[in-house]
Amino acid sequence: MEISLDVNGERVEAHVQPRLNLADFLREHLKLTGTHVGCEHGVCGACTVRVNGEIVRSCLMLAVQTHGASVETIEGLSDSGEVADLQAAFRDRNALQCGFCTPAMLMAAQDLLKQHTDPDREQIREHLSGNYCRCTGYQAIIDAVETTARLRMERQP
Amino acid sequence: MTVAAANPETLSVLDRPNSYIGKVVPRPNLERLMQGRGLYVSDMELPRMAHVVFLRSPHAHAKIIGIDAGAARRMPGVIAIVTGKELAAVVTPWVGVLSHLKGLKSAAQHAIAIDHVCWQGEAVAAIVATSRAVAEDAAEIVSVEYEELDAVTDMRTALDPETPVIHPSLGDNLAFERNLDAGAVDAAFADSDEVVEADFIFGRHTGVTLEPRAVVADWNAAEARLTIYQGTQAPHMVQNLAALHLGLEESQVRVVCKDVGGSFGIKVHVYADEMATYALSKLLRRPVKFVADRVESFNTDIHARDHRCKGRIGVKRDGTIIAFEIDDLTGIGPYSMYPRTSAIEANQVVNLVGGPYVTKNYRARARVVFQNKNVMCQYRAVGHPIACSVTEGLVDLAAAKIGMDPVEIRRRNLIADDAYPCASPSGLRFEQLSHHAAINKLMAMMDYEKLRAEQAALRNKRIQRGIGIASFIEVTNPSAAFYGVGGARISSQDGVAVRLDAQGSVICQTSITEQGQGSESLTAQIVGSVLGVSMERVRVILGDTDNTPYGGGTWASRGAGIGGEAALQAAKVLRKNILDVAAAILQSSSAELDIVNNAVVNASDGSSRIDLKELARIVYFRPDTLPPGIQPELMVTRHFVPREYPFAFTNGVQASWLEVDTDTGFIKLLRHWVVEDCGTIINPQLVDEQIRGGVVQGLGAALFEKCIYDERGQLTNANMADYLVPMSGEMPDIDVGHVVSPTSETELGAKGAGEAGTAGAAAAVANAVNDALKPFGVVISEIPLTPQLILTALGRI
Repeated sequence: MEISLDVNGERVEAHVQPRLNLADFLREHLKLTGTHVGCEHGVCGACTVRVNGEIVRSCLMLAVQTHGASVETIEGLSDSGEVADLQAAFRDRNALQCGFCTPAMLMAAQDLLKQHTDPDREQIREHLSGNYCRCTGYQAIIDAVETTARLRMERQP
Repeated sequence: MTVAAANPETLSVLDRPNSYIGKVVPRPNLERLMQGRGLYVSDMELPRMAHVVFLRSPHAHAKIIGIDAGAARRMPGVIAIVTGKELAAVVTPWVGVLSHLKGLKSAAQHAIAIDHVCWQGEAVAAIVATSRAVAEDAAEIVSVEYEELDAVTDMRTALDPETPVIHPSLGDNLAFERNLDAGAVDAAFADSDEVVEADFIFGRHTGVTLEPRAVVADWNAAEARLTIYQGTQAPHMVQNLAALHLGLEESQVRVVCKDVGGSFGIKVHVYADEMATYALSKLLRRPVKFVADRVESFNTDIHARDHRCKGRIGVKRDGTIIAFEIDDLTGIGPYSMYPRTSAIEANQVVNLVGGPYVTKNYRARARVVFQNKNVMCQYRAVGHPIACSVTEGLVDLAAAKIGMDPVEIRRRNLIADDAYPCASPSGLRFEQLSHHAAINKLMAMMDYEKLRAEQAALRNKRIQRGIGIASFIEVTNPSAAFYGVGGARISSQDGVAVRLDAQGSVICQTSITEQGQGSESLTAQIVGSVLGVSMERVRVILGDTDNTPYGGGTWASRGAGIGGEAALQAAKVLRKNILDVAAAILQSSSAELDIVNNAVVNASDGSSRIDLKELARIVYFRPDTLPPGIQPELMVTRHFVPREYPFAFTNGVQASWLEVDTDTGFIKLLRHWVVEDCGTIINPQLVDEQIRGGVVQGLGAALFEKCIYDERGQLTNANMADYLVPMSGEMPDIDVGHVVSPTSETELGAKGAGEAGTAGAAAAVANAVNDALKPFGVVISEIPLTPQLILTALGRI
């Protein structure tokens, strides 16, 4: 099937099989390998991307469903600088070890911070519960998101 | 921190000016991982690359009668369908035994099963196609005829005469047995005021690395060379084994390890499907990629634990523990894993039980049996959680029996901090441990007395909270005693090469590997500190057998202690060589010079003499201006292996504070504390995060994680929805403290920290649950502590 969509602000026209999922489309067709595939059944969250501003699990969405949509991946969020402060907080707090879950974790954290400017630790833990991390034990991630929220609040007039 | 003295050679690297040792500095490799610019094997593509999918046995135990792949072979995009018999012409089978584990036996394992499948998930055919999707489509129409055999699933009956023998050539299903009898155990039990015993049960679980195992193998027939891209902890081990079984020289095999999406011991082995992928590349003369899907991961990544351990403790009324005894049984699947074997965990359990305590009376038996389940082998903190849970569970039971506080009984029995060096009843040699300092620090961190008061107050409100304590010892920095003496080609030494490049920056090649622990960072910290070069000028190269010195890699908490020491020694020599050149250029003596902040300075007053960039320019481009007879050596390689102590033991103690809902059986973790002693701390943040991550893996085993097999050997929860791992919402904050007892075997003084968290977490939680349930008079000695288990123990269901 022919699809036409926006990926990280660039127009993409592609011919894809109906069964192709969005994660494989991004990784194999567009070579956007920052979106990771951990379980391929919608549990681990490693494939989280943004479609029309909402975070979704790209392994549970078909590429054809994004026809006409705007898709954003970690490459886009990094290049635009949208999550630069969050990334800096992750770096300073060593909130990643192997890094496999990290792009999606940043996606989910940014999603939370857009909805809640001042989340408490429980809210952060709850919001990130759909993103598995096997290395860190989560605490450093929670710290980094909490720090970012505080710094963003302080920057607001 | 001391100021630079007149002679910097008298300062240790820890004291040098601008040292990075002991500092929190960000890891250099984080940016690419955060921006999605990492390169995991699952991301890799090569020209002409084909994809392999393995057709796997649906039966736990069966004979293969025939395989019909005719229709599948004709599908567009299918390149080859290869059976075990066909692949055996390219790759030889292996037997996972080590000579120092006396009596350990196993059967020959093939890359793909030939006529006998021994677990659900064993590969029976390889389907190679132009894409993974095409290969999966083709796999569906390959038909395999099986004759199902009785499956051996229950480890308790595996040795019964009426149970089928999985490998008839071995005679029985016993892989390994070890017996130990130290001191005077019978007399000690007879002399005890109280003897308490319990049966401890540990669920089978697995590592669930977020990136599944992945390999790209690229046989270049024109060069007669195989390049293996693999997320592995031990590249040189993989190089050796691939060469051995494919009939190649090691020089014909290069192993490259880029970013690795989690390992935890899962990726330190060589799996049959990985060996098959190497062989397929050679057979088909093109790159072949294998990435396990999640169901395959559950069915084929090594499983761990799965022990049933009967334990007994003898105690005097004054709290003196006078004997331990265990009888451990573990089921390892149908083959001892290659090359590290599946007997190491049971062997560790025998080694470690009772390890923190003074008593010399200890008897142990461990039996390791075959069964028709997935293979089982070393996963993070090998044997430690079993040994710690049994030991600390027994200590708590003994304390309860004589009415003593759990902390008090430990204080009375832990080996005194000034009693070292000494040895355990099982022969482990301890250089310097700090159990008492650790437990004292823990008490202060958690405010133990206040917590006990809070617990008592809440009991009156029918809120059941518990405190659990667990002391432990931890095996780190293994020497050749771990594997080398048993004949495995697994290096226990590591090497580091450092060189000053032509612009005064440093390139450092190390044989340890990075899976997120911070190997790259700690190497740069050490090299930068010793040389006097800022960290951003140090580039670390690892994970490439063509481009690093030979070494063991990163496993068993050895990277910092062994690889770090090699880095220190190499940097020391390079520093001396730089100063010798500088002295020649400056017509000074090297004793009068130092390197600080990327420049050679006067040692006496710190004034700058020559920038390293300028020194490098002269050495590389104007050597004609150097005095005659000077040949600078600005590249240095050094290796290190521990020789004095077979292992650098560390120690620690953990505590859990939790609440049990006696109506639902749910456990809420409220807080967790760890105090550990890894010797010199190179980067406190990296150590703390290793501990926290390790704790959470231990908490997963304690509460959630279990591979559930039915009686026919079918794994019933081989997916992430049904196999539960810890999520952020249910994990507590974890406070980490340190005691520092450097090992004197190295100048660096670092011991490992990777196992500590996992070693004691489950024991602390189990003890806390039993503490919470004390009013109900029940004791649970099984993990995972599921709501069902809790409610059953309480008689609610």
